[in-house]
Amino acid sequence: MYSVLWEPMGDGKRVISLADNQALLWDLQESPTKATVSSTATLEGKGQLKFTSGKWSPHHNCSQLATANDTAIRGWDLRTMSQIYCVENAHGQLVRDLDFNPNRQYYLASCGDDCKVKFWDVRNVQEPVKTLEEHSHWVWSVRYNQSHDQLVLTASSDSRLILSNMVSISSEPFGHMVDDEELSEGEDNPQEEKVKEPLKDSVVSTYEEHEDSVYAAEWSSADPWLFASLSYDGRLVINRVPRALKYRILL
Amino acid sequence: MGTHWLCCGGSFWSELAMDADTDSSGGPDESGRRRKVHGMLKLYYGLDEEGKISEKSQSLDPCDINGPHFDPELYLNKLRRECSLAELMDQETCMVKQIRSLDSDMQTLVYENYNKFISATDTIRKMKNDFKKMEDEMDCLSANMAAITDFSANISGTLQDQHAQITKLSAVHTLLRKLQFLFELPARLNKCLELKAYAQAVSFHRRARCVLQQYSHLPSFKGIQDDCHAIMDMLAQELRQRFRDGGTSAKDLSECVELLLQLDEPAEELCDKFLSHARSRLEADLQGLEAEIRPYPTAVKDDSARRSSAGSPTDSSPKTSSLPSPTPNTDILEFIDRGCNEFVSSLCLVIASYQELFISHAQTGELASKNIPQMANRKLHVFVDDLAAQYFSLVERRIQEEKGVSDNSLLVRALDRFHRRLQAVSKLLPSSTVPNQGTEIVIRAATERVKQYLAALQSFYMDSLTDVRQALAAPRLSVAGGTGSGGGPHLGGGATSRDAPNSLPELLSILSASILNQIKSVLASVHLFTAKDITFSNKPYFKGEFCSQGVRESLVVNFIKFVCQSSRQFCESAGDKGGSTPPALLLLLSRLCLDFETSTISYILTLTDEQFLVQHHSPVTPVTILCTEAREAAQKLLNHYVKVQGLNISQMLRKSVETRDWVNTIEPRNVRAVMKRVVEDATSIDVQVGLLYEEGVRKPHSSDSSKRTFSVYSSSRQPVRYAASYTPSAPMDTNLLSNIHKLFSERIDIFSSVEFNKVSVMTGIIKISLKTFLECVRLRTFGRYGLQQIQVDCHYLQMYLWRFVSDENLVHFLLDEIVGSCAHRCLDPSPMEQSVIEVICERG
Repeated sequence: MYSVLWEPMGDGKRVISLADNQALLWDLQESPTKATVSSTATLEGKGQLKFTSGKWSPHHNCSQLATANDTAIRGWDLRTMSQIYCVENAHGQLVRDLDFNPNRQYYLASCGDDCKVKFWDVRNVQEPVKTLEEHSHWVWSVRYNQSHDQLVLTASSDSRLILSNMVSISSEPFGHMVDDEELSEGEDNPQEEKVKEPLKDSVVSTYEEHEDSVYAAEWSSADPWLFASLSYDGRLVINRVPRALKYRILL
Repeated sequence: MGTHWLCCGGSFWSELAMDADTDSSGGPDESGRRRKVHGMLKLYYGLDEEGKISEKSQSLDPCDINGPHFDPELYLNKLRRECSLAELMDQETCMVKQIRSLDSDMQTLVYENYNKFISATDTIRKMKNDFKKMEDEMDCLSANMAAITDFSANISGTLQDQHAQITKLSAVHTLLRKLQFLFELPARLNKCLELKAYAQAVSFHRRARCVLQQYSHLPSFKGIQDDCHAIMDMLAQELRQRFRDGGTSAKDLSECVELLLQLDEPAEELCDKFLSHARSRLEADLQGLEAEIRPYPTAVKDDSARRSSAGSPTDSSPKTSSLPSPTPNTDILEFIDRGCNEFVSSLCLVIASYQELFISHAQTGELASKNIPQMANRKLHVFVDDLAAQYFSLVERRIQEEKGVSDNSLLVRALDRFHRRLQAVSKLLPSSTVPNQGTEIVIRAATERVKQYLAALQSFYMDSLTDVRQALAAPRLSVAGGTGSGGGPHLGGGATSRDAPNSLPELLSILSASILNQIKSVLASVHLFTAKDITFSNKPYFKGEFCSQGVRESLVVNFIKFVCQSSRQFCESAGDKGGSTPPALLLLLSRLCLDFETSTISYILTLTDEQFLVQHHSPVTPVTILCTEAREAAQKLLNHYVKVQGLNISQMLRKSVETRDWVNTIEPRNVRAVMKRVVEDATSIDVQVGLLYEEGVRKPHSSDSSKRTFSVYSSSRQPVRYAASYTPSAPMDTNLLSNIHKLFSERIDIFSSVEFNKVSVMTGIIKISLKTFLECVRLRTFGRYGLQQIQVDCHYLQMYLWRFVSDENLVHFLLDEIVGSCAHRCLDPSPMEQSVIEVICERG
């Protein structure tokens, strides 16, 4: 058994478990005490294939699952339990974690032992949309902010936690339509135009409080500007998104 | 020198002699005169300019005994003040001696001059006598001349009358002859017409025309004029017919035109006719040329089936020089030769005759008033431009077919000839754009050639890389690398280089040497374009832009950039798709790029600059930028090498950790084979890197590091940790310990950049491997013996790996971490006795 995934939306009556080379979809609706397996999917191929990670997509009425095994990322349709896409060699080495963009239905982030974080559009699995190479060791976890999906957390065994601002592939557009209209009305504000210049994709900050490998990072479900990270030495570090960036995003 | 001294001495002498006078009379007048005399004396002694200058330079010091400003009083005072008695005495004797020698010199001089004076007096006396005799003879001569003049005047007086009569008679005779000519003119013209001596007829007519015109009011002359007109009309008809038929040679043709012009034919029409005639002949030449180009593609198309094998010279690789150039018919030199001989020379002929006929002739004759030269010139330009454009397009097509880069001299010679021949056109037609267009074609061909060379260089580079790859893949090298791990690194390396030609340093030197040679040979070929005996080499383009932009930038610089880029591509393409590039190649390329940075680039560029005398009018890529680029490439390659090798080892470690059941393992008896393998691999990598890179700096360590640090590592810390872990306070304790340790140790960047030396590379690789080991261990659960096995393994690694890295503490720290993490993940953490571990490791 590798992991258990709750249905991200809906009434939470379904659970997926990933074990070795099988993904099992459990239905909890039948009875309050007993779960029944409603369908299974099996990973088939040469050698002993094992799921290393998985994520339930919150989009498409919760009918999609993404899993990772070795260097490949696979997408599954839960209604038929069949593979819908496969990114071979998504990473140079093992893929460690996956996360779906909560606001853009085809966007998927992955991280792995090649120290990279990659962003995929699952409609085009040939090339990643973006690649981040900030870490100097395996990246263990990648998480989208639930409300502002340009904010991405990555945790790595180089004992760093990195908060990146991926503006170019976020669901929030650069400028607002309103601004354009305002600009067309008043011509005397070229400076303001400069201010509205789209933000570049950038690393917001690198948190080096951990002394050992950081294995998990997670956003707070209550406060979108709060996040926590956990490292091997048992240290849990809670941080906030820098105020300047917060205002920049909000205003 | 002697004279100079003497002169100075003389001046001193006279100064000294006049000393008393100066004191007594003391007038400035007196001293001035004395100086004048003195100057004359110097002149007499043949004092040269230098002497004067030197005298001037020393003139201001009054104490200088030889200077003109010498003041005896001051001098004496100075001597008296500065010198002791003995010195004064010495000075005195010395001076007396000098005075005496000057005296004797003076006497000698006077004596010599006296002798010369005597002989001069003799000579003058002799001359006086001779002159007397000469005077007598001159008197005699003048008397004779007067007599001759008288006679001559007499004779001319007598002959005057006869001369006037003769002049008159001859004038009458001329007039009569002219009249006779006029009367005979029609008959003569007819005869000329019969004999087809058109030129003569026209010249007769021209001579008579004015006279006839002038006297046409006289009936007899009128008749002659009419007759002549009739005949000349016929003549003109005849000529026009001949001109129109055209079949005659160029010379005939031009003669025709000349005559017609003299007969007041409309020049414009004649120009057109002449040019169209010439055009048809030139176009025939051009078609001949075109036919030489055309057969190739059509032939291939037609008999493609037949010559499918023979028709492949297009893809003949540029390296093979034995294959003929793509065009089977003629080589380019022959083609250009033919073009020059046929087309250009006849074009020149046409231009020359045309100019002679319509322009230079017309300028002198009466036609100049009608703007004919301008009109004719215009027509000529249009004509020449049109035909030249056709010719150029043919030549360019032909040049474009010249793909093979084997023999550049042929092309250069052809272009040279092409260009040289066009100079003839420019001489004839200075304002024409044709030579410039020709130069442009040459320039285009040259740049095209440079591009081809770049492509050839690039493909050569890729080919040699493939060769290197094959050489690396050959089993010998791997065997050599394997043996290297057994013996010492030097032993293995030495054996490799001796019997196998494929050892890394040799491959590297072969590769770089062959690249350098290729560049040199390409430069030499390109250099032909700027050779002194090539006419177009002194064009400003070939002097400036071609050298700097063409050769330096687009050939050499681009090639270097290409090398860097292609090297970098090895990192990128191989990085994600499972590394098809052999690591040794990465290492080799990295060293190659580094060598490029340190020496090769500047050498190549200096060579280029020297060979081509590049004057940097336009900004060129400086050496530093290329060097940085090469360095970056080298760095990237080396980093990639570290990554790949680290990955290989860590893959092994990971498999070994992941595939084992660590909870239910048996008590360790041996070091696991995979650890031995890791050490072996590290050793062979060490050998491999050592072949190409220097050792690098290590942090100092004791002579017996493995033992000493081992004892510290195991006996002082580990037992405390594991023994303590039984007690509740233990986790805190270990955490504290490790945290304190971490506080004082620097953060380790695992995949960081490495330096260009062996130790740094090895450190990088080992860091990656051990970190992987650590992370894998943390993902597993261990039983008692599992922990002990890890302990044994780590100790084994400890024993062998420290020697590869720059800072052995790094290895200790990581291994500590591994064992520590393992203990954390252990269900029953009871460590093995240190002595037992040592025994097992010593044995294994």
